[in-house]
Amino acid sequence: MSLGLLLVQALNGLQFGVLLFLVAAGLTLVFGVMDFINLAHGVQYMLGAYLGASLAAMTGSFWLALLLALPAALALGLLLEWLVFRHLYDRDHLSQVLATFGVILFLNQAVRAIWGSAPLQMPVPALLEGGIALMPGLQYPIYRLAILAAGLLTAALLWLLVERTRVGALVRAGASNAAMVAALGVDIRRLFMLVFGFGAMLAGFAGVMAAPVLSVDPGMGDSVLILAFVVIVIGGIGSVRGAFLAALLVGLIETLGRSLLPDLLRLVMAASPARQAGAAIGSMLVYIAMALILAVRPRGLFPVRG
Amino acid sequence: MRAALLVLAALAAAPFLGFGEGYVLTLLARAMILAMAAVSLWLLVGGAGLISLGHAAMLGIGAYAVVVLDDARITEAAVVVPVAMMAAGLFALATGAVAIRTSGVHFIMITLAFGQMAFFTTASLAAYGGDDGYTLYGRTTVLGHRWLEDRLVFHYLCLGLLALSLLGGRVLLDSRFGRVLRAAAENPVRVQAVGFSPYPYRLLAYGIAGAVAGLAGVLLANAAEFVAPSYLAWQRSGDLLFMVILGGLGSLQGAVLGALAFVLLEEWLGHLTQHWRLIFGPLLVLSVLFLRGGLVGLLRRG
Amino acid sequence: MVTIGRRGTLGLAAGLAMPAVWARAQGAGASPGIKIGLVAVQTGPAASLGTHLRDGFLLGLKHLDGKLGGLPAEVVQIDDELRPEVAVTKVRAALERDKVDVVAGVVFSNILAAIIRPVTESGTLLISTNAGPSTFAGRGCNPNFFTTSYNNDQVHSVMGQAAQDAGHKRVFVLTPNYQAGRDAVAGFKSRFKGEVVDEVYVPLNQLDFSAELAKIAAAKPDALFTFMPGGLGVNLVRQYRQAGLGNIEFLSTFTVDEATLPAQGDAAVGFYAAATWAPNMDNPQNLRFVRDFEAAYNYVPASYAAQSYDAAMLLDSAVRRVGGKIADKDALRAAVRAADFRSVRGNFKFGANHYPVQDFWLCKVAKRADGKFQTETVRKVLENDTDPYAAECRMR
Repeated sequence: MSLGLLLVQALNGLQFGVLLFLVAAGLTLVFGVMDFINLAHGVQYMLGAYLGASLAAMTGSFWLALLLALPAALALGLLLEWLVFRHLYDRDHLSQVLATFGVILFLNQAVRAIWGSAPLQMPVPALLEGGIALMPGLQYPIYRLAILAAGLLTAALLWLLVERTRVGALVRAGASNAAMVAALGVDIRRLFMLVFGFGAMLAGFAGVMAAPVLSVDPGMGDSVLILAFVVIVIGGIGSVRGAFLAALLVGLIETLGRSLLPDLLRLVMAASPARQAGAAIGSMLVYIAMALILAVRPRGLFPVRG
Repeated sequence: MRAALLVLAALAAAPFLGFGEGYVLTLLARAMILAMAAVSLWLLVGGAGLISLGHAAMLGIGAYAVVVLDDARITEAAVVVPVAMMAAGLFALATGAVAIRTSGVHFIMITLAFGQMAFFTTASLAAYGGDDGYTLYGRTTVLGHRWLEDRLVFHYLCLGLLALSLLGGRVLLDSRFGRVLRAAAENPVRVQAVGFSPYPYRLLAYGIAGAVAGLAGVLLANAAEFVAPSYLAWQRSGDLLFMVILGGLGSLQGAVLGALAFVLLEEWLGHLTQHWRLIFGPLLVLSVLFLRGGLVGLLRRG
Repeated sequence: MVTIGRRGTLGLAAGLAMPAVWARAQGAGASPGIKIGLVAVQTGPAASLGTHLRDGFLLGLKHLDGKLGGLPAEVVQIDDELRPEVAVTKVRAALERDKVDVVAGVVFSNILAAIIRPVTESGTLLISTNAGPSTFAGRGCNPNFFTTSYNNDQVHSVMGQAAQDAGHKRVFVLTPNYQAGRDAVAGFKSRFKGEVVDEVYVPLNQLDFSAELAKIAAAKPDALFTFMPGGLGVNLVRQYRQAGLGNIEFLSTFTVDEATLPAQGDAAVGFYAAATWAPNMDNPQNLRFVRDFEAAYNYVPASYAAQSYDAAMLLDSAVRRVGGKIADKDALRAAVRAADFRSVRGNFKFGANHYPVQDFWLCKVAKRADGKFQTETVRKVLENDTDPYAAECRMR
């Protein structure tokens, strides 16, 4: 494998990692601040993609769709919060898992009832069409670079928001000690609603951004949910910085592991078993990494709670 | 335990009350087998405070033990059952040794990780059908007899083993071992202060629960006469966990009630409408919001 | 330790009683008609394939005025949820409670493997309208099992032949890492004699193909051979086009078809597929099928629909042949085997293993004048091809 290809693969890994970060950021915020396990985060990501795809089909513009999908995702998030989630904040994790799983079942089925079960497509905006030749024969799509940029921008904004603003200070304080924040006279319910709505919007944003690259179908949220959980657990629950680094790490492990392992194994075994073993281990690699990290650091890389 | 006894009695009488048709027995067998797996999971969740999201792996390993032995032309229960239970138990001990070092959400995630590893491993076993699964052309034999082929016999076998696992779980929880386990779940600091390290207790419980789930896996393989990697998928671990929560953590019998309610409700709603999840999902939410303590809690109040 | 209220017990008893009540309600009035259990997945991302399959069969029934061979037909729909043991439970219920006379449908081979024993051992005919694994084509063939689709391996080998005919020297192979994926590679290589530059296997839940696309670009092959069913194919095709690899010929099986084209759109135009049927096939049955299908369901049918439509026609012919006496299973089986119907594919008959002997085509994705997408035949690759496993079948 040439150095050029290796670099391209690393870029691919980062790009995938950034996409994961977009999904995981909202999850880790909600989890960290409210100590709330929201399994429905994945379907909120899916709703974002569906809203984006159908709005794009209606308006004919990616940008308009993106602009409209964000408030729609926010509204849906707040509706869910009002209907279900706010009644669960003071319940144990198990109840939250069960109830949010119910929400997943309902929304997955509702999406199928509304949009049908065939996958939808969302075109890449004209402005971001085409690609840059990074190596001979391979165009690196500009849209993927845009995802990378959007993810990095989101990370920077989140960092500013969390580290440099009053709301951010409350969020940080809430993550380490919710009771104390409430004692300071802050309306904790309002804060929770705000954080939750923001998390839902982030998930929706990730969904819209992913829609032109990935298949928009019912169930797309489930596959990403598990990876997002892996990310926030490796990163340390509640830590945005941890989620960012862990997302990049998971993206790199996924992509590089998958592309390098078969070649590496070929050094020690025959080609055909090496390919299959490589692929099998490649798909386990992320979980192996998580198990190893948790075995050494049981609270993740950047634990928030003391 | 009375609710569970009534349910077991109802299950025992079922074949004579007009539920003797094959498919009803198939459905009930599946419900009882999953109930058994749920009982073993309850020991972890309700007994030891360990919320595992990888329990389907133990079930699946038990089922795959049947497959591997079947492929080697060994179908004798006297071999299959101990091998399956040991395989699942050892997997539980090995992964538990690492997982139990963590706690809370991290424990959920690390058990999920091990479950996924087992899932991908079985999916790559080309010799046993890989992702397509493996068709068993005959059930496990008992001392050379093909008794399990008879659905009525199989029904009572599942029932008997379910009752046995319920009883065993009860005895275990009431023993000194079980008391330490539960005390450690409620207040680990105090248990440590008294001089107990909860770690070996939890690990042993994890291993025992794995072995019981492995036994349920043997039954599941026999019930469907087919084994596939999807038995080990994380969604199955989720299903088991939901059965346990739905039933309630107040008492071990919750696992049985939860599993039966889950399987029968799923079956019933599935017949009502194709979009049954539109009903099932909100039902789950409502049961959490208004049914605190699960079905067991409901019975206590009722 | 727990005091139990009346309410709880009754609720549970009612839950237990439920299945039995249906059983009586449905089993009581045995009608003189024919009941078909139609297994079509309606859960998860694969549900769109199940919808094609179901709609194709239902359209067939509609064309036959709701009758099969003169007998009023009733369809019992079964959602296998893509979970083998769920499929077994539901199919057993259909056999024993609903007393279905024939089981048809099935998209995925793992579901077929799970239900083939309960169905065929009860003496009921099982007609797969899509899944056609080689497991049941050779030594594992079964007198009560028929398929109106193909042996999967055949389709892959047809693409191998097409690549060979096109004079490709170096081909890159990309498939998911599961049994069907490995079979695809073997099938392709059985007829392609050139160089396979690299074989790459990806996990079934893969979302992002950028790593594989970079490898393909680096290898500079003449063509790519891939088998990426469902959502995998949607992702691959779009990302392949976005990466500017469109000039490397895209040879595929079950990757670009009418089930995925609505989501792949322009990105798939010009990509190749191997198939036994395409919507543009020019014969009267097919013209009627495609026209009425689009009118009824408002989407372009895929092969899942066509094969199911054929299954309805096949059953109609068989029931007619036995004069409606479907209780005589041996006669019915022989009548199905005769395949005395006009297929939307033209040539169709059953081989010794109850898999079809038929023509195989190279097809290409095109955009129609109305803006919808479909595959269209390019050339016939193999004529009246018998599947390679048929020789191993010793039907008892």
